[in-house]
Amino acid sequence: MKEKEFRTASAARGGLLFMQNTPGVALGDRVRLQDYRGQIRNGQVIRSSDDLVLIQVFEGTDDLDLEHTWVRFLDQPFEVPLSPELLGRVFNGVGLPLDGRPPLISPLRRNVQGAPVNPAARAYPREFIQTGISTIDGLNSLVRGQKLPIFSGAGLPHNRLAAQIVRQASLPGEESNFAVVFAAMGVPHTDARFFQDDFEQSGVLTNVVMLMNLASDPPIERLILPRTALTVAEYLAFDLDLHVLVVLSDMTLYAEALREVAMAKGDVPTRKGYPGYLYSDLAEIYERAGRIRDKRGSVTLVPVVSMPSDDLTHPIPDLTGYITEGQIVLSRELHSQGIYPPVAVLPSLSRLMKDGIGADYTRDDHPRVASQLFAAYARALEVRNLAAIIGADELSGADRQYLEFTRAFEERFVRQGEDENRTLADTLAIAWEVLSVLPASALTRLREEDLAKYHRPAEISAPGAEP
Amino acid sequence: MADAPRILEINGPIAVVHLPGARNGEQIRVGNAGLVGEIIELDGPQATAQIYESTEGLRPGEPVAALGHPLSVELGPGLLGSLFDGVQRPLAGMLRASGDRIARGLDLPILDRQKPWHFIPDADLQPGATLRGGERLGMVQETPSISHQILAPPDVAGQLLDLAPEGDYTLEQVIAHVRQGADGAMRRLSLYQRWPVRTPRPYQRRDHAVLPLLTGQRILDTFFPLLKGGKAAVPGPFGAGKTMLQQQIVRWCNAQIVIYVGCGERGNELVDVLETLPRLTDPHNGRPLMERTLMVANTSNMPVVAREASIYVGITMAEYFRDQGYDVVMVADSTSRWAEALREVSARLGQMPAEEGYPAYLASRLSAFYERAGRVRTLSGQFGSISLIGAVSPPGGDFSEPVTNHTKDAIQTFWALSKELADARHYPAVDWSESFSGQIGAAAQWWTENVDARWEGRRAEALALLSQAEELARIVNLVGVEALSSTQRWDLEGAALVREGVLQQSALDEVDSYCSPQKQFLLLNCMLDIVHSGADMLALGVPVQRLLKLPLLAQARRYKSQYANDQLQALQRDAAQALRAALDPLRSEYVAAQNPPAEPQPAP
Repeated sequence: MKEKEFRTASAARGGLLFMQNTPGVALGDRVRLQDYRGQIRNGQVIRSSDDLVLIQVFEGTDDLDLEHTWVRFLDQPFEVPLSPELLGRVFNGVGLPLDGRPPLISPLRRNVQGAPVNPAARAYPREFIQTGISTIDGLNSLVRGQKLPIFSGAGLPHNRLAAQIVRQASLPGEESNFAVVFAAMGVPHTDARFFQDDFEQSGVLTNVVMLMNLASDPPIERLILPRTALTVAEYLAFDLDLHVLVVLSDMTLYAEALREVAMAKGDVPTRKGYPGYLYSDLAEIYERAGRIRDKRGSVTLVPVVSMPSDDLTHPIPDLTGYITEGQIVLSRELHSQGIYPPVAVLPSLSRLMKDGIGADYTRDDHPRVASQLFAAYARALEVRNLAAIIGADELSGADRQYLEFTRAFEERFVRQGEDENRTLADTLAIAWEVLSVLPASALTRLREEDLAKYHRPAEISAPGAEP
Repeated sequence: MADAPRILEINGPIAVVHLPGARNGEQIRVGNAGLVGEIIELDGPQATAQIYESTEGLRPGEPVAALGHPLSVELGPGLLGSLFDGVQRPLAGMLRASGDRIARGLDLPILDRQKPWHFIPDADLQPGATLRGGERLGMVQETPSISHQILAPPDVAGQLLDLAPEGDYTLEQVIAHVRQGADGAMRRLSLYQRWPVRTPRPYQRRDHAVLPLLTGQRILDTFFPLLKGGKAAVPGPFGAGKTMLQQQIVRWCNAQIVIYVGCGERGNELVDVLETLPRLTDPHNGRPLMERTLMVANTSNMPVVAREASIYVGITMAEYFRDQGYDVVMVADSTSRWAEALREVSARLGQMPAEEGYPAYLASRLSAFYERAGRVRTLSGQFGSISLIGAVSPPGGDFSEPVTNHTKDAIQTFWALSKELADARHYPAVDWSESFSGQIGAAAQWWTENVDARWEGRRAEALALLSQAEELARIVNLVGVEALSSTQRWDLEGAALVREGVLQQSALDEVDSYCSPQKQFLLLNCMLDIVHSGADMLALGVPVQRLLKLPLLAQARRYKSQYANDQLQALQRDAAQALRAALDPLRSEYVAAQNPPAEPQPAP
């Protein structure tokens, strides 16, 4: 099989090459194609029978002809070479270098598809990661091994936020032993450049592996790229004991490439034309984050998902939210108010926060402070809507306090500098300062001993007495 | 050779094979790796099979073998406390056999074949007796709280030739011989049996559900009760707290056996359940919760076809324990993932899609599945029940999508989760206006007999207050709170008191995580007492602003986490005292004013 080359292509469309009379080809087999100009392309078998084999060609099927395309089935699954030399390098989706240095050669090669982790082998993630960003640390804490996407929209600063997380993420009181895998799928050159410069400036570049598929690169390659990235990440985490932070940007463009191929294959479309297996496909990627018992490293995943027309119910953010352990949602409204990071506090959530915070990990009052901030801010936004209708002067005294709280919360707690790295103690101190705008009687989610210890209503003059 | 069973085509989890004489539903092994699958379509000598494991690397021409039986589970001692994958392979055993990652084509025994179990035969059963299917042969004390009844398989009928004496037996050993049928064939029975998962296990007859399934969650038990043997659905968009609510049910419900099916859900959350359950004790008998729990886990990255099978594997094990006379709860998280697995396979087969790409048989499969819940009189004459709680994950939180819709037709209790409540961190985010329970009558009878006769009235009153407050909130959002009358403003506060003092319940708070029915009623009663007494004050002429400033209102909201389930007397006493302390001075002030002026009109 390996020695034979076939020239029996019968059709080429939408990134797929249809081959005839190539019996006994294994599903998932790696394929090497040579086009009429002698250039090499990479592919993978996605459907196989004796009379018809479907190959998805990562470099696309543009400029292929049927007559002069030679296809060789390599008799092996799609594998990437792995070694510690990966760190500091830049590759494309199929693992070929883009940094002008020679290809990586290593006896250790792994199938990019990965195998599912046995749920009985997983360890529950509970190590709080301090990102230095109050809205994340205080309200949506990230823990090692979690997958926490950033839901964003066009023009919102998701890249800056992701870069800040990468720069600042650390486990309080521990020697950092980390690596970053950055996977760009269909992002513009400027965004990719931004990350590269940022990594360079903060001096982490030697701990970063970059996998790049830019907007101008063939979209089919985006299908294999996150798998390559996670195979690399798993190697760094579970073979080299590193704590790996994986940034995947942008998953929506990945899903669009998937839709493109699905359409060409003739799959039955479901919501918005995406194939029915989109959930399973995304899960195969996202679920590779986590920790494994008896292994020291971890894979923490921060995918960037841009929401078409800011729609949280669009299939990509929707299905992502069902798989990931929470989400950080960016808000256009806060962004236009000039607040960075514009984290929409209420729809954001971290599901693993409950076990990563509290007396054993952060501070005893942390969970209750977070809960109280959420509840008060939810109430405060209602008040702000009301004020927009009836005018702030018509509000009751209690409501005016909430209005003041909203301002303090957004300006003091949410807003912070792009290079401002707040410790958790800073974050909680600001939280209490903001909560002190409200009277103790409104803070029912806090314990009386918390209030006695931290609540300082006098420090801020209470606005407006009872009418 | 041309006729040898072999693979013809592979397309994702679907394989077309040449296999003359195969039966629909039959298990097969495909390829050199020996992957397990199931025949789902026949076309002459060709059959289409769905494969439970990743098909990567399979080639056309590789061999195929029929196994001669449909997808079945093993039922017997050793099930409890175990963790299985979607086709009942033991995940702990797979961990030993293949390491951290799940290897393919593993062939492992499901239940431990070596472990001896102490079997005590039924004293009334003598050799020579006529044995019917489902009849009790004896028992094995599997855990201190669960005695595993050894039943004759439902398809056995004949004369009992012998029954093993009390002693230790492994699963492989024969414990009874039965001569059955016209030809007098000998049937050997052991401690375990097999049963095909897509066939419901038989029972004598169905019966009414009578007892509530208590979960310790106020919004469920008090407001939207589910009976033992009932069917419930928990729909909610992501982030609404579906998983958390189900985990609370798994932890605290008063069933004897709990089966948790993680169907296409998150690996990390499953580990959370796995790590916390062994540390928790059953509030009803003080035993470790693990002793009554059994889990089926097919996380979202495990093969999609096994995900489809997983809920059937779960419900069949539930039926097996029901047949022993137990009250079983099965939680399926999430049925949407199951439906999507169905859709995925159907799309690969090129079947014509009906709604949103789902196959036309979605509704019938869904209702047939829910129909396997219920309270029955078993073949051995006992009563057992299965309460089925299915999570639904509607895309975009849209409850009009096919899976939510068809589920709604199949169930009796609907716990609708709301994104708005969850965003405000009101947990459990069960939306009281969208949820319903069709089992109030029977539940009321239990509450009247066991807790308080006023339960039904108070529940209705609280719900009315909540829905009235929603109306009022709409007005407030248009014109502001000052436009309301004093009574209306007080009602608004009353509803907030019920919401925050009763409905909100923190799963993470040690005291509040589980709330006994007595405490549930007491809390509800306290809040409504405050509402009533406040209304009396308003009638006396006390301005609503003064009532709203009472520290009592913040105090009452903390009762739920201040008083444990065994401090109810103190709660009752302190609550009454606090109410008097807050209102008595006000009352005397206004009553003393003898001729109070006409009730002041609320400020415009």
